[in-house]
Amino acid sequence: MNATTIPVVEVLSAEKVFGNGTRALDPISLTVEPGEFITLLGPSGCGKSTLLKMIANLIEPSEGRINWWRGGHEAVGKPGRKLVFVFQDATLMPWAKVASNVRLPLDLAGVERSEADRRVARSLDLVGLSQFGRHYPRQLSGGMQMRASIARALVDEPDLLLMDEPFGALDEITRNRLDADLLQLWHEKKLTIIFVTHSIYEAVFLSTRVVVMAARPGRILREVIIDEPHPRGESFRVSQAFAAYARELQHLLVEASQGPASGAGDPVAGEAA
Amino acid sequence: MSTTSGKRLPPLMERPEFVRVAAPIAVGCLLLGLWEWLVHLYAIPQYLVPAPSAIARTLVADWDLLFSSLLITLKVTFLAFFVSVLIGTLVAFVFVQSRWIEMSLFPYAVLLQVTPVVAIAPLIIIWVKDPLPALVICATIVAIFPIISNTTLGLRSVNPGLLNLFRMNKASRWQELLRLRIPTALPYFFGGLRISSGLALIGAVVAEFVAGTGGTSAGLAYQILQAGFQINIPRLFAALFLITLAGVALFLLMVVLSRLALGHWHESELTPET
Ligand SMILES: Nc1ncnc2c1ncn2[C@@H]1O[C@H](COP(=O)(O)OP(=O)(O)OP(=O)(O)O)[C@@H](O)[C@H]1O
Ligand SMILES: [Mg+2]
Repeated sequence: MNATTIPVVEVLSAEKVFGNGTRALDPISLTVEPGEFITLLGPSGCGKSTLLKMIANLIEPSEGRINWWRGGHEAVGKPGRKLVFVFQDATLMPWAKVASNVRLPLDLAGVERSEADRRVARSLDLVGLSQFGRHYPRQLSGGMQMRASIARALVDEPDLLLMDEPFGALDEITRNRLDADLLQLWHEKKLTIIFVTHSIYEAVFLSTRVVVMAARPGRILREVIIDEPHPRGESFRVSQAFAAYARELQHLLVEASQGPASGAGDPVAGEAA
Repeated sequence: MSTTSGKRLPPLMERPEFVRVAAPIAVGCLLLGLWEWLVHLYAIPQYLVPAPSAIARTLVADWDLLFSSLLITLKVTFLAFFVSVLIGTLVAFVFVQSRWIEMSLFPYAVLLQVTPVVAIAPLIIIWVKDPLPALVICATIVAIFPIISNTTLGLRSVNPGLLNLFRMNKASRWQELLRLRIPTALPYFFGGLRISSGLALIGAVVAEFVAGTGGTSAGLAYQILQAGFQINIPRLFAALFLITLAGVALFLLMVVLSRLALGHWHESELTPET
């Protein structure tokens, strides 16, 4: 199929100036090929979320354009071109059980009940929540709620997954475990993922390519390819290569937060951990 | 404090559900006892303050009269409450369709709310010949506002993340309403019900006072008026007692309804242990 050879997303000199005059993004260009795991890394306020929301078509670029699978947004959602956004918090409906929450995209699309239930069960199984379909969200821990949110994202069998700091609110141990699970899912399902994070270590561990962004104005500073084979396990986290990538990104982040023009960057934005 | 772990139930006094019922009842009995005692101690005449025992005797003796009046007052209350919920909810749905509609109509809802019902009741009673619909209209005017304002607020209080999720899944307006806005609004709606049910009773009683309807459609307010004229103070107190009882019962009914509808998920209905 030639569908696998066309880029999933092309951001073509897209820039964003908000209604109040805030210049969130200078013109940005970025091409995402199928099967990539891209992380957007950068100090707070550099426009990572803005870029991701433009790619999700939640906000429009002020200038420039975005192509999805070489076309406009109309074709998004068709089989083979499904795009799903995972929010920073789980965003579950508190009145609905976990299974109903996960089934929501299928219900909205009018998928037949028995077929939907089958897919919900499979999706819950993928994230390790098969025992919890009949629980309410408040009965789950934060990490489990996030898993439920990912199960909901996977139930529609997305081709492109956009994730805005999905594990940002979790402790490090839980985050590492979810990272590893996500990476395995990406590998098995041949997904394309664009992932926003503040964490250098998360970026190195997950990505095939890290896009380092700088603030004021928001722009792409550098792209770093993480040339490591998959599957990646815990041994990668403690390897020389991992440390070298982390060091490189650390330097870039310091540069990013200093900023070339004003030098008024936030000194703590380059996250050291 | 003794520990409450293990299979053994804690002593009665440490069970919150028992204390919550028993404590107010104990206070009530104490006050009634004090009242009875003071009345006898100072030999207060019945036409000033009757003893609780005298009120209870009247309640039994005049039961047929008082009970039929109670039924009439309750009928007005429930009809007004029902109409308030129906119209109030519809109005709220109209309001959330657009800011323009809400902005142009909301001030009139407020107008309805701030106008004292005693002031408009005579007009309504003149315009509407039948006493029952007239009373229901008056009580509805009092009871409808909390439903409108709470439900409108609830329908608007949707989690923006969930709204984005629905939009990204290309949900129709109808799906958005049914699956997102209505469930979000339910806790607010039930909050409105609690206030509104009490107001419907107050509205019914006030309207009866103004209308002064006697004969076969005499509600509890009429009995209070008559008892006042005849200086039948025990009967006045008995009627008052029935009104209060009806108010408490209505409130409890709303609490139960709200628990049935929200008990499985909403914070307001969750006990700390779960
Ligand atoms: N709706 C909006 N209206 C006006 N300005 C906005 C809006 N959303 C974001 N901004 C501004 O755009 C810039 C980029 O915001 P964005 O949320 O994309 O940053 P971010 O990189 O995701 O930051 P963080 O890491 O803290 O989430 C910020 O300066 C922010 O103040
Ligand atoms: Mg952000």
